[in-house]
Parts: sequence; structure tokens; C-alpha cells
Amino acid sequence: MSGYLAGVIAQLAINIVVAYSVFLPASAGLLNLGAAGFVLIGGYVGGAMTLLFGWPLLLAIPGAGLVAALVAFIVSFPILRTRGVYMVLATFAFAEIVGGVFLNIDALGGASGLSVTAYAGLPVVIPVTLLVVAFVGWLLSTRFGLAMRSVHDDENVAMLFGVNLRLVQVAAFTIGGALGGVGGALLVHQFNFIDVQTTGVLFSIYVLLYVLMGGTQTAWGPIAGAIFFTAVPEILRRVSEIGPGFKFLESSRYIVFGVAVVLIMMWRPEGLVTRTMTERLGFRRRRGATDKSTSRGGAGE
Amino acid sequence: MSTPILSLDAVTKSFGGLKVIDDVSFGVRAGSRTALIGPNGAGKTTVFNLVSGIYPIDAGRITLGDVDITSVPPAARIRHGIARSFQNIRLMPHLSTVENVMLGEHSRRSMLSLARGRRAAERALALLSAAGLDTYPGQVVSTLPYGIQKRIEVVRALMAEPRLLLLDEPAAGLNPTETAALQALLERVSAQGVTLLVVEHDMHFVRNLCDHVVVLNFGRRIFEGTPDEVHRDPEVLTAYLGTPGTLPPAARR
Repeated sequence: MSGYLAGVIAQLAINIVVAYSVFLPASAGLLNLGAAGFVLIGGYVGGAMTLLFGWPLLLAIPGAGLVAALVAFIVSFPILRTRGVYMVLATFAFAEIVGGVFLNIDALGGASGLSVTAYAGLPVVIPVTLLVVAFVGWLLSTRFGLAMRSVHDDENVAMLFGVNLRLVQVAAFTIGGALGGVGGALLVHQFNFIDVQTTGVLFSIYVLLYVLMGGTQTAWGPIAGAIFFTAVPEILRRVSEIGPGFKFLESSRYIVFGVAVVLIMMWRPEGLVTRTMTERLGFRRRRGATDKSTSRGGAGE
Repeated sequence: MSTPILSLDAVTKSFGGLKVIDDVSFGVRAGSRTALIGPNGAGKTTVFNLVSGIYPIDAGRITLGDVDITSVPPAARIRHGIARSFQNIRLMPHLSTVENVMLGEHSRRSMLSLARGRRAAERALALLSAAGLDTYPGQVVSTLPYGIQKRIEVVRALMAEPRLLLLDEPAAGLNPTETAALQALLERVSAQGVTLLVVEHDMHFVRNLCDHVVVLNFGRRIFEGTPDEVHRDPEVLTAYLGTPGTLPPAARR
């Protein structure tokens, strides 16, 4: 495997982990534009654990997740007092504050960023990512998952059926924060570097895009979103290298990218992967083998 | 009247300057099938919202059995045995039928128990099939016909094993076949000892199902009695139809 491909795959895996950190609150109806905040906490704390304290990666990654979870738990109370667009702003402000704090800690590199020596290659990144995916899948299949998705759809009715809104939302936000921290710890050790500039506002916006464009209804959504948004710019760059005829893509690939976002919003406003879609795919898989005609649907439908 | 399972005691509720529920008292006998009727804007749905706790009341008392639930938070009332359906369908649109129904027993299960899997869904599937709705368990509810969704709401409320089931216009928008199926379902539920309190405009449905009727008009209780008596009561007739020479109660005040 070329180093380039391994790098793209690691980036994709980390993007998926971070996407889940935003997906969990989103599936309980909470919009989080502060992904960078939790990733920075996980990155700096995890980096400090291996660099300054000499902890092994196996301890630093969950440790970073725990610290990020603790911070998420504490800030969830003021943040959950806001709603809708104000929650987006509150989470955004939180990430800015976190960035400002790490920018001013000289022991962690300050403005020049934190460089670490411990390296997390694919043998570390991939298993952790698979673990995160399995964990989120399990969580969604519990009653807690059912409660989260009910709160997303209609919080008043969920409450009347005994769902503790505050508990579900705080838990979703906290677990999301933990996953952001894990993603940050993977990131800092994959690139051996983290700084506040590259993990800033744009980062948070991209992660929110993965989740909203991928779809918040199933655990497949963030994976689809992360793959789409990680792969499309890379593919466009490779295409631009084919020949002079495609050269224009090098400078304009972000225009193409922007158009893709608008098109997805128009054609699939609920995301690339929706619940109805996964149900239908499951149905076709079971029936398709015996009866091909059902997968096409009758003309009279 | 034997012991009431639900009593409203001089309950009053205003929205701004508008007194929507004005000193209303009535009791719902345990095991009865009580209808709450009245013209549009009489305050029927508001009574449901007060009983289920969506709005706090301004004055008065609401008791369920021996428990004063006036200040019990809405999320805890289901544990006291109150479950309800809604006038406009309020199923979770992105969940499947069986998941919506499983939400009904949320208050009776641990949060970390598995929701999917056959065993967890068994009760939901059993209740759905008892209601004749077991052909759509995995389908996302927003894709199902209105009449089906309306009955799934009732099944979801039943999953909570309520003592008192509040149904807000359960037959509205149903065709005659669906109405008959709904009535059969509610009769079975009632036979199992669940008390029904039904808001409904379809008087035929009310006469067939209910044994007791409470009539509201402009936020006041104007009648309480049997379905046979209700359309002989002059005040009820005035409220619904108006009578030559007399003014409706609101104008009389």
C-alpha cells in the first residue's frame, strides 16, 4: 500500500470517528458545531500523555476520550439551555474557547502546535475506528438509542412516554465528546502533530457536513458522509493530474465540491443514507434472490 | 358512582386573558368508557393536556386513584398509569412501527437493555398483531396510511400498560372499516380493565363505545350522564345547535 493511500485511509478513519462525535448528539436533536473543541482536547491531552508522561497509546487514546467526556459533561449543562441555531453558536463558541486556551499553553507548544513522537499507524487507527463504529451501532440498538431518536423526532411525546430528556441529551452530548477526544488522540498520533489553526472552525463545519449530508437517521450516515467528503476532493485532485485538459480542476475543485453539497441538499435533504433507504435495501436483499420483479416495483404503484 | 380513577376538582386554566378551562370538576369511574365531548374550542384537548401534564393548571386539583398528580411532572405521570394518543398523529416519523410501539414501554425498561432483537420486540409484536397491525412491523411509520398510523398510536399507548387511556379523537379521519376495527380494539382493552377517556366528535362511535358522557362548552362542564340522556339535555342541544329564543351560555353571562 502506498504511503499516500495509507494516509488517505487513516484520515478517512479519523474523520469517521469524529463524525460520530457529532452524530450522537445530532441523533438526539442537538446540533454541534464544536467538533474541533473536543478533538483539540483529545489531541492535546492524548499527546501530552504520550509525550510528557510516557504513557502507551493504548492508555492515551481512551484517556483522551475520558478527559473530553468530562469536559463535554460539564459544558453540556449550559449548552443544553440553548436551542436550534443558538446551540450551534454556543458549541461553536465552546470550540473557540478551547482553541484559545491551547494557544496559550506554552508547555504544549502554544501557537506553533504540539509535536509528538509516538506514532499511530493503520494498525492502531483501524481497530479503534471499528470499535467506535461497533459501539455506536450497539448504542443505537439499545433503548437508550430508541430514546435518543425519539427525542430527535418529538421531544414532548418522548417525555410523555417517560423519557428523561435532560438525561438523554446530556448523555448523547457527553458520549459524543468522548468520541471527539478519541478522534483527536488518533489524529495527533497519526500526523505526529496538532495545532489550533488546522483544527479550527473549518474543521468543525466539515464534520457537521459529514453528518448532515450523510444522514442522521442511521449509523451508516456519518460513514457515507465522511467517505464522500474525504474521497471527492482526493479524486478531483487525482483527476486534475491526468492531463492539461483537467488542470482546471486543481484550482476549481472546491467549486465542484460546493456544487456537490448544494445538490445533495436539494436531492437528499435528509442525507445520503436515510432510514427508508436502509429498510428498502434490506427488503431487496432478502426478497431479491427469489423474486426479481418485486425489486422493481409494479407499474401501477 | 363507584370510585373514580381520575378526578378533576375545580380545575382552572387560562392562556393569557382567555379562561380555557373554567372551574371544571368531573370524575372518571374506574373501568368505565367515558366520552368527553363538546363543540370546537370547548377545551377538550386542553383537559387532556392538563391531565397528561403538558400544561400546569392554574387552580384546582387532579387526582389519579388516591394520588394527587397535580404537581407530578409530565414524564413521571406515565408511571402512575396515564397514557395517551394525540389528535394529530404524533408518532416518531423516522422510527419503524415496532420501534414506535416499543417506546410505549420506555418507562418500564432499563435504558441499556437491547431494543432490537426478537425478544425485546415480542410484546410490541404481540400487541400489534392483536390490533391487526402486524403486517408492517419494520416499516418506517411515516410511509404508512393515516388510518394505520392512528391505530399504531393507540397500541403505543397500550404498551405502557396504563390504568387510564386518554384518546384524543381516535376515530377522526378513519373510514368505517377502520373505525370498526378501532372500536373492537378499544372494547378488548376495556374488557381487560383499562379505563378509557375519549374525546370524539363522531357521536355514533361514542354511543357504541361509551357508557358515560361529559360535555364541555366554553371551558365549563355543562352535562354529565349516559349517552342516551345527552341528546335530550336542553343545555347540550343549545351548545351544539343553538335554540330559537335562547342565547348560548357565553352570551348569557
